Amino acid sequence: MQKIINSWFPNVVVNWSGDNGFVGAIYQTLYMTFVSALFAGILGLILGIILVVIADDGILPHPRFYYCLDKIVNLVRSIPFVILLAVIGPFTKLIVGQTIGPTGALVPLIVGTAPFFARQVQLALLEVDPGVLEAAQAMGMTSWQIIYHVYLKEGLPELVRSGTLTLISLIGLTAMAGAVGGGGLGNMAIAVGYQRFQNDVTFVAMILILVLVFIVQGLGDWLIRRLKH
Amino acid sequence: MTENNAIIKLRNIDVDFGSHSHEQTVRAVNQVDLTVQQGNIYGIIGYSGAGKSTLVRVINLLQTPTHGTVHVNGQDLLQLSVAELRQARKKIGMIFQHFNLMEARTVFSNVAFPLLGSKFTAKQRKQKVTHLLELVGLSDKATSYPSQLSGGQKQRVAIARALANDPQILISDEATSALDPETTTEILNLLKYLNKKLQITIVVITHEMDAIKQICQNVAVMDQGRIIERGSLLQIFGHPQTKIAQQFVNSATQLSSALQEIKQSNLATEVYQLNYVGQVTNDPIVIELYKKFNLQANILFSNIEQLQATTVGIMLVEFAGSKEDIVAALAYLDQLGISVQKIDLTQIEVH
Ligand SMILES: Nc1ncnc2c1ncn2[C@@H]1O[C@H](COP(=O)(O)OP(=O)(O)OP(=O)(O)O)[C@@H](O)[C@H]1O
Ligand SMILES: [Mg+2]
Repeated sequence: MQKIINSWFPNVVVNWSGDNGFVGAIYQTLYMTFVSALFAGILGLILGIILVVIADDGILPHPRFYYCLDKIVNLVRSIPFVILLAVIGPFTKLIVGQTIGPTGALVPLIVGTAPFFARQVQLALLEVDPGVLEAAQAMGMTSWQIIYHVYLKEGLPELVRSGTLTLISLIGLTAMAGAVGGGGLGNMAIAVGYQRFQNDVTFVAMILILVLVFIVQGLGDWLIRRLKH
Repeated sequence: MTENNAIIKLRNIDVDFGSHSHEQTVRAVNQVDLTVQQGNIYGIIGYSGAGKSTLVRVINLLQTPTHGTVHVNGQDLLQLSVAELRQARKKIGMIFQHFNLMEARTVFSNVAFPLLGSKFTAKQRKQKVTHLLELVGLSDKATSYPSQLSGGQKQRVAIARALANDPQILISDEATSALDPETTTEILNLLKYLNKKLQITIVVITHEMDAIKQICQNVAVMDQGRIIERGSLLQIFGHPQTKIAQQFVNSATQLSSALQEIKQSNLATEVYQLNYVGQVTNDPIVIELYKKFNLQANILFSNIEQLQATTVGIMLVEFAGSKEDIVAALAYLDQLGISVQKIDLTQIEVH
């Protein structure tokens, strides 16, 4: 076994351990994914809820605010991520003090993901039966109660689905961020594998990213099944 | 009953829906007055788009009227603060055509839902919900999810939920329209029972006269945003004035199909429709006419219903006799309080 690995993936073995090896790269990818998911998740959830609530047929309609927020979300979402990475460099530096390394990648990852997730949250919450919302309003529920106990509770399976989707797209973005200096498996695949012609490294980096995607997808699906009645 | 017993008093209600881009507005409710007495079961009937839902949504201000005043439970709802309005809404239960239950919650949790934020302890809450489920006959389903229930059961859960805050009023917006006839009758009977037991005032919206017939004491007929006719069930059913009211009554009594058949098969040329309420004569009308006017009445169709322990009858007859006798007979029927109407068979549409 060891022999096969040594002969088929020589560079992977050489580059396995240590901060600059695969072990470090996996850690960096997980770090970038989950820290930015946490912040983008909270931000996107809040934005998504606001979008639903202040829409024309929402529970607290506010057409002008909706118009602005909707446009901003669209705008940020339209910026290609590679360009976003470069454009918000100064802003990144201001917030986390560096523009390279996994921590430097966090700010663009969050800014790139939050609007995407906000849209996903919006779509998920719009799936909540308007009849149920009407019933809740007829019962004299407050807006907070409706948001928490109706929108979030009834929309939970859809929210988990959106979250899964977003997390997977975020993993893709971490690879891209990695390639331009963020570290992680993306960096491994490009800086080590591609540029030094070590194809086995690129290949294994890809496999590891795919494994991560499958795990996230699997957990998401399992959770949705549990939540649905 | 006096005006003082009115629990719902809507005056001069207009509701306009406007699109922002165009100047066009749709007047969904037009100059409506509606008074519902405490403890009544009040039916509002009309075709789709007549404005029924919009009108009842004014009762709990889910729909703010463009003009008019709304008094419910002695409060002027339009003067209330947001928080006060929420409290007022808790005393107006509502049920819907599609039940509007929360799929992510059990039956128990759905019924307990309106109690969120109330001062009940967990134990009191449980007692309350258990009692409500008993009331609607669903004690054994507390831990089920809505997706595991039939339509009738779902509507029972919705009724229990609507009663959670001990409302004085229950609004039913087409609550039986998605149910089969038997389940419809079950739900209507439940509403009637709750009306008796809890003295709760019920407003029923429907497009089926059958539903009205089974439980309502008073009826309003709506068309194009207006209430075009209103009265006791017996008045509307026995002597409908407007064309639309007549159509609804006819559909409930099968009169329309009888008329179509008469026209199609050329059974008769001169057809009269007789509507009567209560015991008008001791002898059947037909025998009476023969005895008094020597007039033979050929009964083409007849429908007799017992509504609130009163007989309500409709008959289609053709008379054989002299013109004078017929005129005299018609005058006599009018005296008895039987309304008579000559049917113009050319106006009957055959489908
Ligand atoms: N939110 C709204 N915006 C614009 N128009 C509306 C709105 N709600 C209702 N309408 C219009 O108002 C009219 C009355 O609608 P409403 O729903 O009250 O009728 P309805 O009698 O309840 O009919 P149905 O039996 O189909 O439920 C319709 O023409 C409808 O298109
Ligand atoms: Mg309606």
